[in-house]
Amino acid sequence: MQDGVSIDIRDYSLWYGKFQALLGVSAQIKRGIITSLIGPSGCGKTTLLRSFNRINERYGNVTTQGHITILGKNILDSDVSVAALRKRVGMVFQRPNPLPISIYENVVFGMKSHLPQAERPRAVLDQAVESALREVSLWDALKDGLDRRATELTLEQQQKLCIARLLPLKPDIILMDEPCSALDASGIERIEELITELKRTFTIVMVTHNMAQARRASDECIFMLMGEIIEHTPTLDMFMNPQNSKTAAYIEGRYG
Amino acid sequence: MTERTPSRGWRAALSSAADWIEKPIEALIRACGWSSIVLVAAIFCFVFWYAAPLLPHIDWFGTDGFFTSTHWHAKEREGATYGVLAMIVGNFAVALVAMVIAIPCGLAAAVYISEFAGPRSKEWFKVGIEILAAIPSIVWGFIAITMIGPLLIKYAGATMGTNLLNGGIVLGLMSIPLIVSLAEDSLRAVPDSFREAAMALGANRWEIVYRVLFPAARSGLLAACMLGVGRAIGETMAVLLATGNKNQIPTSLTDPITTLTATIASEMGDAEAGSPHSQSLFTIGLLLLVITCAINLTANLVIRGNKRASSN
Ligand SMILES: Nc1ncnc2c1ncn2[C@@H]1O[C@H](COP(=O)(O)OP(=O)(O)OP(=O)(O)O)[C@@H](O)[C@H]1O
Ligand SMILES: [Mg+2]
Repeated sequence: MQDGVSIDIRDYSLWYGKFQALLGVSAQIKRGIITSLIGPSGCGKTTLLRSFNRINERYGNVTTQGHITILGKNILDSDVSVAALRKRVGMVFQRPNPLPISIYENVVFGMKSHLPQAERPRAVLDQAVESALREVSLWDALKDGLDRRATELTLEQQQKLCIARLLPLKPDIILMDEPCSALDASGIERIEELITELKRTFTIVMVTHNMAQARRASDECIFMLMGEIIEHTPTLDMFMNPQNSKTAAYIEGRYG
Repeated sequence: MTERTPSRGWRAALSSAADWIEKPIEALIRACGWSSIVLVAAIFCFVFWYAAPLLPHIDWFGTDGFFTSTHWHAKEREGATYGVLAMIVGNFAVALVAMVIAIPCGLAAAVYISEFAGPRSKEWFKVGIEILAAIPSIVWGFIAITMIGPLLIKYAGATMGTNLLNGGIVLGLMSIPLIVSLAEDSLRAVPDSFREAAMALGANRWEIVYRVLFPAARSGLLAACMLGVGRAIGETMAVLLATGNKNQIPTSLTDPITTLTATIASEMGDAEAGSPHSQSLFTIGLLLLVITCAINLTANLVIRGNKRASSN
């Protein structure tokens, strides 16, 4: 595996029961950049993204084949600890889903799962909360109400909190499934800024339906169609000079 | 509205026709809603009516007082006393034992069914719970006498098989289905996105249960437990058979006891209509009504308080 590759996918197939949603896809997702997954509805973007932290497995009828190598290890191996994997690979969902507990507890939720009691005294947790919320620029707005319920925040704040709660775990990769689709225009703008900001520290894989967003926010794009990867190129190339006629058709809006 | 154009007139006619149909239906629905309140009030009045003649003559807090003594001699023509303290204590003691059994078992079963069981076995468990809920109370009484009683004599050192512990076990078993089904409903109502959020942070299934689902479903789970308590306090037939029906304040788990409900059930048949004895039993009924209403009201307040805390 070459250096600078964060997620290495080889001949990866996935079935929901008898239905094959991914047909032996391969790709190398580079470290430290934003990669967008684009393609028409139902092409398998979410399915591929949810394979990277193996959260797809919660549906009992999922079977897989192939390799996905993250940090030098095939995560599909049966001896992989999913808890440890999910510590390295965080996820942000389409609808903001803060837990129905306090803001503070949301941010430290992961730490409390992964660190033994002795390694997380109150001061450490407090510090983690402050720096995570500063990172997503929520600290000033929320610092006086950290014990408020997270579900009371605005959608934009909720989505930022959902990003913030990944940070104390110091993940390598952050997966985002249409992270802006529940937000209004100004919310989208600020989340995009935040994502660009985060790129300096993390590898980001983002599913999006929004061509303009893919173009604005990402460095590379993966175009998918019917469970296959059609094209994977730097974003500019894909939009200026698509190699495949299907990619061109999609970008021009012929698939919807 | 003025009818300036024909089409306006048409629409007005249509909407007033709709009014003609809707108004009575609305009134009917409103009446149904109110009827529940009216019914509760009517039951209160009814019970009060039959107890009323005796109420001025009852000693409430004296040495033979209603709330302060265990002297229940309601049948005597001369010098009758109406102390129900032992029954109140018995009622709450047996409900407490029942809840110590039913709340942990019920919640655990609800968690198992909603979070751990596969889709096929989930259905089977639900059917099982429904059947359990449908067992008539008198059958539970038989089970108490013929199965639980001998076991208690053998293993718990009880002299009588029917006692506080037996009643508590039976009531607990009877309350479990109610608690399980209500608790399971409220766990199932927790949005899946919460589970995925916790899972994606690396939480295991147990952490999801106690760090996410319990807080999220708190008010529903609390309601399930409260209604379980209500059921345990109001239950009659099984308790009458299982507790030994002895008018004494229990000092150990294996003492026979009696309850408010069991006393009414066992004595009502002999009490002459309109006699002080019958009136005294209605007085107990009135007390029971007050207790169960109080429990339900607190449950409601607790739940509403929780809802408010979680919604703003
Ligand atoms: N849990 C599931 N069980 C069965 N089939 C599924 C499941 N989830 C997704 N699918 C199917 O797999 C295919 C890919 O779905 P996926 O959600 O990955 O698409 P997507 O590209 O994310 O679409 P969208 O843009 O609408 O979010 C679809 O045909 C979908 O119907
Ligand atoms: Mg999707």
